[in-house]
Amino acid sequence: MDLKQLTDLHGPSGNERAVRRAIVEAAKPLADEVKIDRSGNVICLKKGTNPDKPAVMVAAHMDEVGFIIAGYTEEGLLRFRPVGGIDPRVIVSKWVAIGDDNIPGVIGALAIHLQSADDRKRVLKYNDLYIDIGAKDQKEAEKLCPLGTYAAFDTPYAEFGDGFVCAKALDDRVGCYNLLRLLEDRYPGDLYCCFVTQEEIGLRGSQGAAYHVPAGIGIALEGTAAGDLGDVKEQFHITRPGQGVAVSFMDRASIADRELYRQVLALAEGAGIRHQIKQGVTGGNDAGSLQVGGGGRKTIVFSVPCRYIHSGASVAKLSDIDDQLALTREYLNNL
Amino acid sequence: MLRDTLKTLLSAWGPSGGEHGVADTIKELLGGHVDSMRTDVMGNLIVEKYGTDDNAKRIMISAHMDQIGLVVTSVEKEGYLRVHNVGGIGMKASEYRRVVFENGVEGVLVSQPVQQGEAKLKDMFIDIGAQDREEALSMVQLGDVAVYAPEIFSLGKHRVSAPGMDDRCACALLVELLLYAEDQKNTIVGVFSTQEEVGLRGAKVAAYALEPDLGIGLDVTAWGDTPETKLPDIKLGAGPAVKIMDSSMIATPMVRDALFDAAEAAGVAVQREVLPFGGTDGAAIQHARGGIPSGTLSIPCRYVHSACETIDMRDMEGALKVLLQFVNIV
Repeated sequence: MDLKQLTDLHGPSGNERAVRRAIVEAAKPLADEVKIDRSGNVICLKKGTNPDKPAVMVAAHMDEVGFIIAGYTEEGLLRFRPVGGIDPRVIVSKWVAIGDDNIPGVIGALAIHLQSADDRKRVLKYNDLYIDIGAKDQKEAEKLCPLGTYAAFDTPYAEFGDGFVCAKALDDRVGCYNLLRLLEDRYPGDLYCCFVTQEEIGLRGSQGAAYHVPAGIGIALEGTAAGDLGDVKEQFHITRPGQGVAVSFMDRASIADRELYRQVLALAEGAGIRHQIKQGVTGGNDAGSLQVGGGGRKTIVFSVPCRYIHSGASVAKLSDIDDQLALTREYLNNL
Repeated sequence: MLRDTLKTLLSAWGPSGGEHGVADTIKELLGGHVDSMRTDVMGNLIVEKYGTDDNAKRIMISAHMDQIGLVVTSVEKEGYLRVHNVGGIGMKASEYRRVVFENGVEGVLVSQPVQQGEAKLKDMFIDIGAQDREEALSMVQLGDVAVYAPEIFSLGKHRVSAPGMDDRCACALLVELLLYAEDQKNTIVGVFSTQEEVGLRGAKVAAYALEPDLGIGLDVTAWGDTPETKLPDIKLGAGPAVKIMDSSMIATPMVRDALFDAAEAAGVAVQREVLPFGGTDGAAIQHARGGIPSGTLSIPCRYVHSACETIDMRDMEGALKVLLQFVNIV
């Protein structure tokens, strides 16, 4: 399954069904066991070749940031709220796909002609924005998109420029993509590839996986923020696309196991895998659940730098995605 | 004795995620005096002293080894280090502080001029005396952590001031408890925990794995007895405090009351603590597994999360007596 297929699917947190179905389908021929747990996580086991080697769980989240329908106007416009952290400044005039049938909608706000001078200085809030589905009236809007229906960014996938990709949901379909690619090989230890739910709203799916997956080492494959933009000072770049997989020493949810961190950097050096150290502590991810859940485990995070993360169009470098896979493989083969 | 143990522990370097040095110090202090000692995947040091009773309860008593620190996130061309907080670092308490890395490299934490408002951590940098990035990176790496340089001194007859008093004073208490408890009824499962300051992470893992019958968190609490400070209603030197509640938990009534009973039996005056903020390992224990009865015994501490955290040794001595009783009466 390629990255385009994965990012084209819609799966805001709590509504990962379409992504899960596709992943189960793709994983079945590759894994020895494929299970869906009670949190909706897909847990795939690839048995190891050496029973003396420790088991490792590698997690990536299926969900993406999106929206949920929360009300209507008499004219038939939809009121909505974000699911996960989305800056309302980046959503005006963006296309979204709503519900299981992918009903097209566009996020609307008062046109510039109708705004006062003060309006134009103000940042629009969710209360000032609507999703327009071209409905005749409120009744039709309610029928097509009942309260609680999810909406997702509907942006085309594009590869462009010097090996870059632009798509929505790169956070964390890049991780899902690499998890599937990991399943193509067999490693010395047992490998649990965990495609988890509800990361964007508080690492919720991975808490279940952390509790029941029998592995003493946990790796989170993520997309993370990149701030390498013209006016941003170097200290706030965090990561830079094109400089390889980003290894974290710490973020808001976990502190990397010291030994594991050093071991991984040495492996990357030794194998000549492009890598960078994440220069910041921003963001939190599933490693936070893996580290403290089910008796605890050593954890580390490998991330793909993504510019404009949590928007409808984030940008990553394809080579960084390959480097994330290469480093994970290198670790699994050298346990 | 308590004072010596405290000073030894205050001298160890140990921010959240890098507590191994503190653990090694404790291992040396306790070696040969306890029934078992091991380290788990989170770096928690778990020390047991078995009880004599046939139906001995297993009491997890947790004191965290980690202290707040500053992690290096980037290095500027000119050799200055940019940092992020590890745990709750206050700006006012940090500016112009001397800080030290694990390898002994020292630096000063300084704020650049800011256009408006107060300096935030993103405006601060550590000057380690490096001329450029290359020299800086030969001294420290990205991800290395600095702590306030240890500076331990007495204030008056009874008080001691130092960075890292939160929570090394409780580690000292737990060490002394494990050394001096003799033929006590219940089993003491001492946990010198990790990563408390970033979310009670070590204690969560330990409580799950150990599945104790009940738990006690040992930690510092805030003070209300200096000018214009009102809450909590806690005084230094008026005895250790039995926690009623904070924002992480309401102490299990049975455990809370057993602490009061232990204090009475030991003839130690205690304070009642209602803290409108904060959290301790006691909460991590209480919420582990299917729920474990748990409380917290606190040492009143002034200027918490600064480089001059100050406690009163009389509160420490009182707390030790309460704990020695507690492990016998529950």
